[in-house]
Amino acid sequence: MPKINLSHFEAAFLFALFTSVVMGITTKKTDAERKNYGIYCFGCFLVALFGIAWLMRIGHG
Amino acid sequence: MAAQTTTVASQESSHPISVWILPVLAAWIVPGGGHFLQKKTGRGILLLASIGLMFLFGMFMRGMMFSPEKGDILTTLINYGGFVCDVASGVFYFAATMFGYAAPDMPGDVHDYGTKFLVTAGLLNILAMVDSYEIAVGKKD
Repeated sequence: MPKINLSHFEAAFLFALFTSVVMGITTKKTDAERKNYGIYCFGCFLVALFGIAWLMRIGHG
Repeated sequence: MAAQTTTVASQESSHPISVWILPVLAAWIVPGGGHFLQKKTGRGILLLASIGLMFLFGMFMRGMMFSPEKGDILTTLINYGGFVCDVASGVFYFAATMFGYAAPDMPGDVHDYGTKFLVTAGLLNILAMVDSYEIAVGKKD
């Protein structure tokens, strides 16, 4: 079985992608709502990812 | 008002088990399987791909599989909770354990991400099972 070493960003990006797809499918009732909610979730994940990363960088000085 | 609430609650709990048990079981055993059974093929494929890839990436990063071990309250909670989440991945979990996948709990961010990916795959499959249930009882299309 292959072993992969993902960076923090790559792992968090994949996590956000898969989670957003499933949350979009399972929480809304129409296809348009599903697509929009999936994109919204993915955007929120990325904003949190970059936001928290910058916060940690600023916090560490 | 109270009578209305009681009526709605009794209507919601009146769905016979035979209506939803097969899609929910199928959704547990094969992620997206409930949706395939309910002729929602597109959604089923997306669920299978997302949950399957998340589980595979978790294994490729050598994430740890939880086993039900007792200890202090926090250890018990983490181990039992993690075990339930791992088992919720269905066929992926059973195939991995059958073929002898047993990565030890190692220090390191990649292994830690792997463990989280394995657990989250199970949690996402629980969402898929709930969605299958809602489709089966007519709450959703």
